[in-house]
Amino acid sequence: MLLTEETLDNLYDKYSKSKGFLIPLLQEAQQIEGYLSKEIMQKISHRFNLKIADIYGVATFYSMFRLKPQGQHTIKICKGTACHVSGADLIISAVKNCLKLQTDEDTSSDNLFTVSEVACLGCCSLAPAMMIDDKTYGNLSPDKASAIVEELKQKFSK
Amino acid sequence: MVKPIHIKIGVASCGIAAGAGEIFDVAQEIIKQNDIVGYVTKTACIGMCFAEPLLEISYEGEESIIYSKVQKDEVEKIILGFYNQKIVDKNILLTSYTNELADKASEQETLNFQKRIVLQNCGIINPESIDEYIENKGYKALQKVLNEYSQNQVIDQITTSGLRGRGGAGFPTGLKWKLAKDSRPGEKKYIICNADEGDPGAFMDRSVLEGDPHAVIEGMIIAAYAIGADEGYIYVRAEYPLAIKHLQIAIHEAYEMHFLGQTIMGHNFNFDLHIKEGAGAFVCGEETALIASIEGKRGMPSIRPPYPAQSGLFGQPTNINNVETFANIARIILMGSENFAKLGYNKSKGTKVFALAGKIKKSGLVEVPMGITLRDIIFKIGGGMKTDSPFKAVQMGGPSGGCIPEALLDTKVDYESINQTGAIMGSGGMVVMDNTTCMVDVARFFLAFTQKESCGKCTFCRVGTKRMLEILTRITEGKGELSDIDLLEELAENITQSSLCGLGQTAPNPVLTTLKYFRQEYEAHIIHKKCPAKVCKALISYNIITDNCVGCTACAKVCPVGCISGEIKKPHIIDQNKCIKCGACMNACKFKAIEIN
Repeated sequence: MLLTEETLDNLYDKYSKSKGFLIPLLQEAQQIEGYLSKEIMQKISHRFNLKIADIYGVATFYSMFRLKPQGQHTIKICKGTACHVSGADLIISAVKNCLKLQTDEDTSSDNLFTVSEVACLGCCSLAPAMMIDDKTYGNLSPDKASAIVEELKQKFSK
Repeated sequence: MVKPIHIKIGVASCGIAAGAGEIFDVAQEIIKQNDIVGYVTKTACIGMCFAEPLLEISYEGEESIIYSKVQKDEVEKIILGFYNQKIVDKNILLTSYTNELADKASEQETLNFQKRIVLQNCGIINPESIDEYIENKGYKALQKVLNEYSQNQVIDQITTSGLRGRGGAGFPTGLKWKLAKDSRPGEKKYIICNADEGDPGAFMDRSVLEGDPHAVIEGMIIAAYAIGADEGYIYVRAEYPLAIKHLQIAIHEAYEMHFLGQTIMGHNFNFDLHIKEGAGAFVCGEETALIASIEGKRGMPSIRPPYPAQSGLFGQPTNINNVETFANIARIILMGSENFAKLGYNKSKGTKVFALAGKIKKSGLVEVPMGITLRDIIFKIGGGMKTDSPFKAVQMGGPSGGCIPEALLDTKVDYESINQTGAIMGSGGMVVMDNTTCMVDVARFFLAFTQKESCGKCTFCRVGTKRMLEILTRITEGKGELSDIDLLEELAENITQSSLCGLGQTAPNPVLTTLKYFRQEYEAHIIHKKCPAKVCKALISYNIITDNCVGCTACAKVCPVGCISGEIKKPHIIDQNKCIKCGACMNACKFKAIEIN
């Protein structure tokens, strides 16, 4: 789906009058294609009369904004302290292995999953943990993590 | 008439991840199937995350039993047992019965070490119901404040209580409020709740927001009244979807009941409250950066003065407090500030919530009176170590804090004593480490974090943390030199002194404390090229113990790079040149035939 003039008008009506709207605006705009494409940022810049440098500056500052196309589902692997000392690195390599990702890749070739490392999911008592879309999985072992991803892979690819 | 049976399931993030959602559905199904007069409600986290999922059962309003680690197939037995007066006495965590069941409750005793003020409702009430909050004295403090106190009297109460900021720095809350109130009288003012809990290893704020959102909201309304603000923001991390959902419900309900909005509770006092979702930047925990972020800009800190009390959000006087600080406010008003001040030790009053995690047996959330020793928290409440490996250190204060060794475990929990160790009280994360944790690796882990999260404004923070990270990486790879330690110390001092905000000023703490207490580990990496904890990949090798290997080929099958060879039923060999040290073989081996050297 692309950012149509109609959606842009709706966004303008919703946000332009509120204070400090840029971050929530970009959060909503990101939902459209799953990431902030150059076109989306240009259209927003034009419609809201904002400098594109300001938009790009905010988009690159916060880790939540993505500038590249994403897989349909996101896997966030926790790299918090508790997870780190409980072997988060092993979980990361197990999940990446399972999705056949090279070290520098983050999205699977079938475009089903994007893997990212996050600072802390706040589930430290369940370390190591990961979050797939909105569901949190805890007390992982490399085997358990692979099994979960494998199962979802089957489920989602149907 | 027999009262209905009330079942509560703890469905906070931690409970859900442990399977509480399914337990909730099963419990509802069983009530229905067996025509039991009763109902199932949700509650949040009681703090005993190690025992999730939890199921609490009682006749409405009467003594209850909380079961731990409840499996799906046990739910029926528990409910029917209670219904037929044949109470299942296995896996009881806590109970308010005083008969022999109390002896079977595994956590009854450890609860005595705790003092629950902030967490008093967490895991007890349904966070999605304002009625349950009100039944537990909710909004009574607000009512009292509006009816009986002037603005100054509220501030006096908070000052007398001795409450200090629970976000980490420990600035006196009463004074902060006074500065905001006295600043630019008559102008528009803001209240902000900092719920950008970014410290890896801390989850107190998440639990409080998920479990008792109204306590935070009530605290904010009282603060708004005290300083004369009419608008407020709660800045929450987007990584906490359930906390955001509970806050949305709570704010909506508070508006409906006229605790928020215009002429609150019939008084000439207005307050509007909004939620602002963070977009992922650790530095936004710093107050000036947080303000920039709410304004829709890059979250970069600015020079103080002017302080937020003088010129904060949109240039107006602003007061910012942390979640736990706000959650204390209504409780202080109701219990009386003198009573609150009686709790605690030295200049640290009241209680503190800690998140216990890492290699500790009973991980979860605890609330203890200030002045308790670290040893009591970790061994008496936390149950000691989860593994056979002995205690090595506890990390307090996240990336701004430090690692405290065994020898200092009798340190009392108060802001000043913890600071003396080189760590900080911080927001309350406590990650326990054992001998399988490499302290150089931990220091490197935190520096990697702060280096990534540095906003880039100050040169020493931006470049200095990068250099420190490079040195630490070099040491963990066995390429370090003894002069690197001096270089680390020199950089640490420069970064501390030349950074604008807390992130940079405290970034070297994890390195400084590990150097202070675990210098021999750095030296082992540098001089002997050994990692005593067997963590640093470049300094270890995986080997097969020929005598133990039965040749089952399990290791060869899981090896991602195919570096294990050998015939079936004969000992295998790892090709050290190809091995990437991922540890998959060791996990796969059922015969303890793989060792790390």
